[in-house]
Amino acid sequence: MMKEQNHIISAIVEHKPGVLYTVANLFRRRGFNIESISVGPTEQSDLARMTITVKGDERTIEQVVKQLNKLVDVIKVSRLDPTSIVTRELALIKVRALDTKVRSDVINYADIFRARVVDVSSESLMVEITGTSDKIDAFLDLMKPFGVKEVGRTGITALSRGVKSVKIE
Amino acid sequence: MVKMSGAQALIEALKRQNVEVIFGISGGSILPIHDVLYDSGIRHILSRHEQCAAHAADGYARASGRPGVCMATSGPGATNLVTGIANAYLDSSPVIAFTGQVNTFSVNSSYMIGRDAFQEADIIGITTPITKYNYQVKSPSEIPRAVRLAFYIATTGRPGPALVDLPKNVQTEVEEMEFSRNVEVRGYKPKTEPHPIQVKKAVKLLLEAERPIVLAGGGVIISKASPELLELAELLMMPVATTLMGKGCFPEDHPLSLGDVGMHGTRVANKLMLESDVLLAVGTRFSDRTTGNIDEFCPDAKIIHVDIDAAEIGKNVEVDVPIVADAKETLSLIHRLLIYQLKKQENSPWFNRVKELKDQPQNETDLGDCDLKPPLLIKELRKILPENAIVTTEVGQNQMWAALHFETHKPRTFISSGGLGTMGFGFPAALGAKVACPGCAVVDIAGDGSFIMTEQELACSVLEKIPVTVIVLNNSMLGMVAQWQRLFYKRRYSAVELGKAPDFVKLAEAYGAQGVHVGSLKEFSETMKKALKSEVTTVIDVPISPEENVFPMVPAGKGLKDIIERAG
Repeated sequence: MMKEQNHIISAIVEHKPGVLYTVANLFRRRGFNIESISVGPTEQSDLARMTITVKGDERTIEQVVKQLNKLVDVIKVSRLDPTSIVTRELALIKVRALDTKVRSDVINYADIFRARVVDVSSESLMVEITGTSDKIDAFLDLMKPFGVKEVGRTGITALSRGVKSVKIE
Repeated sequence: MVKMSGAQALIEALKRQNVEVIFGISGGSILPIHDVLYDSGIRHILSRHEQCAAHAADGYARASGRPGVCMATSGPGATNLVTGIANAYLDSSPVIAFTGQVNTFSVNSSYMIGRDAFQEADIIGITTPITKYNYQVKSPSEIPRAVRLAFYIATTGRPGPALVDLPKNVQTEVEEMEFSRNVEVRGYKPKTEPHPIQVKKAVKLLLEAERPIVLAGGGVIISKASPELLELAELLMMPVATTLMGKGCFPEDHPLSLGDVGMHGTRVANKLMLESDVLLAVGTRFSDRTTGNIDEFCPDAKIIHVDIDAAEIGKNVEVDVPIVADAKETLSLIHRLLIYQLKKQENSPWFNRVKELKDQPQNETDLGDCDLKPPLLIKELRKILPENAIVTTEVGQNQMWAALHFETHKPRTFISSGGLGTMGFGFPAALGAKVACPGCAVVDIAGDGSFIMTEQELACSVLEKIPVTVIVLNNSMLGMVAQWQRLFYKRRYSAVELGKAPDFVKLAEAYGAQGVHVGSLKEFSETMKKALKSEVTTVIDVPISPEENVFPMVPAGKGLKDIIERAG
């Protein structure tokens, strides 16, 4: 068995309704596992970038790329080289914080992680954190003892470092 | 720029694609198009079930090499097409479907797309995994481009079905139309030229090979690469096995032809495949029915895989030399490079081995007291039919007997549902083939179980004057399933006995077709000869033993070496 690990695929697609369905459907039908997917517009208004994290061995990932390439609405697909990319994820975390001691602990941790408190209520704090998935995982671990009420994560978005780009001329 | 309705634009766009025939059924949401079709000069063939409209378009495409067009109304009309579209998708056939759809809007907002209006189905969502391209037009002016792209994408690269969904109000609204020839799609750039370095590697492997073999699939037929394949095979004295989809791409009366390989492949093909040291696979996707257990497939062979679809390379089988390109271009380039470096070897040990195996008597049939054995009947049929006759098959035993025993000499003369295995495909496909090639005799080799699934098209065949012949190998059983139950389920015949209904002669007559029971090979032969001259479809009912098996057979999941040659 080849080693299964996470791979990040960047796909430039037509920015129009139905494309996410087509891509998600392909993954479902072929039995590929999406760990996370993030979609958003690019510097060109008619194009969107999908950043897809997929778990699988080398052969599976090669198939994923080839099958994605076959879709008419998918214009360009690249596997990002994990050694030279910037990846970011954003999370919103709602933590139980009934007393001032907990509040100040949460705020202190948030400072260390360069996270921000974005909402306060009588029973909770909401923290916004951006970074690599590892960083977010670590922060979440710290928050658990306080009682994490809700988490929203965007999934990874990524670009290659330097001049290399996945772009349509 | 010219002003017209969406329906007019569709018909104009179809004419620009040289569409002569549409198979379909009308209905509420496609009325405006049928109204324009009425005096358009395009022939509309009224199927009796939309599935058959899609199969007929598929048969038309496979027989002619041109795209086949089918049309249906929204909702059930569209969903009835689905089996036919999936069938075309798995066998890479350029079928183009047009479906009506409910209005995109209305003064009464309950008639909008997405509101579960009467006869609304999300056909775009449903057909996304089984089409190469599908599109719902939102305004009439999108129609010319949608049609152009549907034809372009369906017929280029690895062909496949396309679907255009047409909301009713888009059919009636009038807009300025622009008909251009531009088919630029930034996400679709099929590539046909082989990579020179990979071709060099392939040439080197073939030069060094002692026991080279070709596995030729449907891609050879699609790319019209038969002459190049023949040339290359003869240059290397290299035997050629075909997949079910490739049957006909290499003349089966040629000394280098091995017939089909796989679950119901010939003994020779399956044996030699295992003995080969270089496998040149062209236009095939290494389906499980072809390879048997993949781990035991061609254990000693280096594999060269030529396919126009990059995603097929490495999907099922790991290959040594991948070539993503058109089969015709690649084979002709390999031939050009080889011819300077090679002396033709007439009597190589490998060719002698091919001869030796081919000369051994092949699974003779025990005649018993009846001479209506399917293999004999199909061989007799070959003698009766002219060279250019087209045979379609249903799915099951009939199909495998046809594949094993109907010696096919030309591409596009053997049409069968290979990937999806759709019972009921053969008859409507035969009608489509006959419409495409009116000068050719068309025969559907059927089983009783399959024929019942689409027999209502007899009405279409009689009224539209599309005469074909249906040979019903009638064992009153779902024969192939019964065969598996006999071999692997201790003869527990669960849900396979169809009984003696219907009487196929009376059935044919009820539709105004001819029906004939035959009781011997001689009677079959006489009836068949008459059927070829008949101006109306003939159904020949041939009783065969329900105990009849198709051999050889490689049980599912087993390797090609585990071939069963006869019962017991």
